[in-house]
Amino acid sequence: MSNDPILSVRDLTLDIPTAGGTLHAVRGIDFDLHRGETLCIVGESGSGKSLTSLALMGLLAPKIQRSAARIDFDGTDLLKASRRQLRHLRGARMSMIFQEPMTSLNPAYTIGDQLAETLLLHRKVSRAQARARAVELLEKVGITAAESRLSQFPHQLSGGLRQRVMIAMALMCEPELIIADEPTTALDVTIQAQILRLLVDLQREMNMAMILITHDLGVVARVADKVAVMYAGELVETGSAKAIFRQPAHPYTRGLINCIPVPGRTERGARLGTIPGIVPSLVGEVNGCPFRGRCDQAVDACANAIPLHQLDDDTHELRCVHPDGHRHEEVTA
Amino acid sequence: MLRFILKRLGLAILVAFTVSFISFSLLFLAGDPAIAIAGENANAEDIAAIRELYGFDRPMLVQYAEWLWNALRFDFGQSYYFRLPVADLIAERLSVTMTLGVCGILFALLTAVPLGVIAAIRPNSLIDRIALFLSVAGQAMPSFWFGLILIVVFAIQLGWLPASGASSWRHFIMPTVVLGYYAMPAIMRLTRAGMLEVLSADYIRTARAKGASEGRVMFKHALRNAIIPVVSLAAVQMGFMLGGSIVVESIFALHGAGFLAWESIGRNDLPTVQALILVFALFYIIFTFLADVLNAWLDPRMRSS
Amino acid sequence: MTALPDIVEITGPTPGQQLRKRMFGHQGFMIGAVFLVILVLIAILAPVLAPHDPYSQSLGDRMVRPVFMGGTWEHPLGTDHLGRDYLSRLIYGARISLLIGTVAALISGLIGTTLGVAAGYFGGRVDAVVTFLINVRLAMPVVLVALAVVAILGGSLNVVIGVLGLLLWDRFAVVMRASTLQIRNREFVAAARAIGCSTPRILLSEILPNIFNNLIVVVTLEMAHAILLEAALSFLGLGVQPPTPSWGLMVSEGKNMMLFEPWLVLIPGAVLFLLVLAINLMGDGLRDVTAPENRN
Repeated sequence: MSNDPILSVRDLTLDIPTAGGTLHAVRGIDFDLHRGETLCIVGESGSGKSLTSLALMGLLAPKIQRSAARIDFDGTDLLKASRRQLRHLRGARMSMIFQEPMTSLNPAYTIGDQLAETLLLHRKVSRAQARARAVELLEKVGITAAESRLSQFPHQLSGGLRQRVMIAMALMCEPELIIADEPTTALDVTIQAQILRLLVDLQREMNMAMILITHDLGVVARVADKVAVMYAGELVETGSAKAIFRQPAHPYTRGLINCIPVPGRTERGARLGTIPGIVPSLVGEVNGCPFRGRCDQAVDACANAIPLHQLDDDTHELRCVHPDGHRHEEVTA
Repeated sequence: MLRFILKRLGLAILVAFTVSFISFSLLFLAGDPAIAIAGENANAEDIAAIRELYGFDRPMLVQYAEWLWNALRFDFGQSYYFRLPVADLIAERLSVTMTLGVCGILFALLTAVPLGVIAAIRPNSLIDRIALFLSVAGQAMPSFWFGLILIVVFAIQLGWLPASGASSWRHFIMPTVVLGYYAMPAIMRLTRAGMLEVLSADYIRTARAKGASEGRVMFKHALRNAIIPVVSLAAVQMGFMLGGSIVVESIFALHGAGFLAWESIGRNDLPTVQALILVFALFYIIFTFLADVLNAWLDPRMRSS
Repeated sequence: MTALPDIVEITGPTPGQQLRKRMFGHQGFMIGAVFLVILVLIAILAPVLAPHDPYSQSLGDRMVRPVFMGGTWEHPLGTDHLGRDYLSRLIYGARISLLIGTVAALISGLIGTTLGVAAGYFGGRVDAVVTFLINVRLAMPVVLVALAVVAILGGSLNVVIGVLGLLLWDRFAVVMRASTLQIRNREFVAAARAIGCSTPRILLSEILPNIFNNLIVVVTLEMAHAILLEAALSFLGLGVQPPTPSWGLMVSEGKNMMLFEPWLVLIPGAVLFLLVLAINLMGDGLRDVTAPENRN
């Protein structure tokens, strides 16, 4: 029972119709997530990370077409779920924290009203009980004088406080899954670490599954159980955090990891790694490996269908023409 | 908040005094108001008598001060035509105009806001196009012509509604539609634009992520924010509508303040006209003041500052 | 997400060409513009086009019905209560409406733009005074004041144009003030100031050309407003005086016979409606095609 993943996604694909043709924003995403686990989806801006998270919540803009072989949340097929069923899941069993704390709270209502609303929508509780729970959670996310914050409006809070409120709001119903989409990007660097620490502590304390979307590999190294590396709408490599950092296989993953300065190992004044080149257009038909234009291991076969390889343990998967991500002479021949 | 209200109130009072001065000086546009009152066939003696009777021989500012002092006590002088106190005349007619104005703005809001909301939720849908058509047509519609068409269709051809008078609620239906349709396009456009903007806001996505139903998202989360500017506009439109009631009241022979204004202008009854201009202006000033206060109260960012 | 080309060539159409292309592609704008151009031509060519003298009465041919209601081609749109040819009066009426709309919009545009640009550019006390004036103007009931002034001064084309011109400047002032505020601190204005251009020169050659698009939009909308108001004043008997062929006056004259001959009211009103509709469509279209968010 507990071995079943809480979230299981197979072949998730997102298409956006545009004036110039269909934009294949996300293609063939697979992953499993278990209770208490943290999955980090990493990739650069525009790689489709945020779209993927919105697709899981069913919050995509109507014009974006979602298809998948399976999106299964604890036994519920999200592909077939009615709007009503989805509504009962959202906010109650699966919650989301967004990138923009400054604009993600409704300016017309107090913090207390907005926190209480989540609980009132899903549980049969009184307003007083909902407010008590709101105070409890505000304290939990480290907000002092929680009681008096309830009557404040979003514009009276700083960005860091607002993101704490957003986290409290997401946790009101003790969800089993929390999706955090770059929750710290919009905040000051000093606040970023605090908020992240808070999020991870709460996730462990409440034994939630978490999907953390980020482009910061430093963060990933500290919090992830599993890592999924996303490039131009595809997962190019997935695996346990340990495996990914110890043996990054995909040329893109290796490039990303080379960009992180490591104290002691990176020489002072030395240039950090960069990955030259640009992301390909995803409008129209997309063939082969999207990274081949920037890849130092690229061969002619990269323009064909790309196989999936299992590495050392069966959870570490690589999508590359090279079985270990490295070019060998016999392949080029 | 209190500071804002006091500042806004000061402005309103200043505007009111300026308007009162302008409406008073209209009397002197013609040069000698005594000639205007006496009419074309009066001789020099009549004119001199009138000049003395009304005190027109004194400096204009003195006359204004006296008029203003009296106006502050709701004494607008005697009507030249009715030989009655202007204040009584206006007070008697105002209820019809206010009824019409309130019905008109309600009609406008009750059609414009739902249409604007639906149009914003479903852009380019049939309803959006109908709403767009109604607003474009409404902005080009001469209200006197629209009123006459309604009379031809509903009073003459179908015989469903009375064409003129104010003795029952049925008399108010057509005037309400004409006056309300005048205010509708702007309110609808603003509601639609406001909703479109708000619906793409991040906090709407947050509300959906909480598991709120679409209805709750639209009305509790979106409309609450989109409606704030609509409140100001509705107040402005209400003020314009009272001023525009003169056309509607004259078509439907509703004996309200607008009708009184039309009659008085035709009869050169200047004290009544002056007073009516001031009264209509005051209504506009009061409405916009109340709307600004309501607005500040609706918008937490202003309420708490 | 999309690839950038290695070499960026600036070929493409010029901004002027792009604007023209957007205008021709905008349905509402084209419908409005074509209708307006036709109407302007009709107004200019009125003496050639009108089948009869719009003033000549013929008491023997009173209220002849239009050709589609059983009348004859002698009077395609029938005759009014004095036997004057309705089509000819409509054609000459276009002159009145367009003249009043254009001149009133020019006068109010001059007043409003001056006030608005001054308020936006100088700010401070000038801005406070102009904002106050706008508030005062908005509080004045337009129809009532216009009626009263026309009644006192006597109804004539010049008086109506003058009154409307003096009353309708508020939107010009509001929009021009906002537009000026937006560009007042832009680099090119600062540059002009830095090289020592005089204030009038900055206003005329830096500010004005850059708010011109917005100005044109307001001109069209206020033109429509003035035309509607003139019609309303004339309808109420305190605008253009008989026997001048104003559409509002024609509706008013037809009103008494409305019970039996509703077309007397319908025809001039419909033409008025269409003219105002055309101008508004054009104005809305111009706003769409010149709005900065549509430029890319």
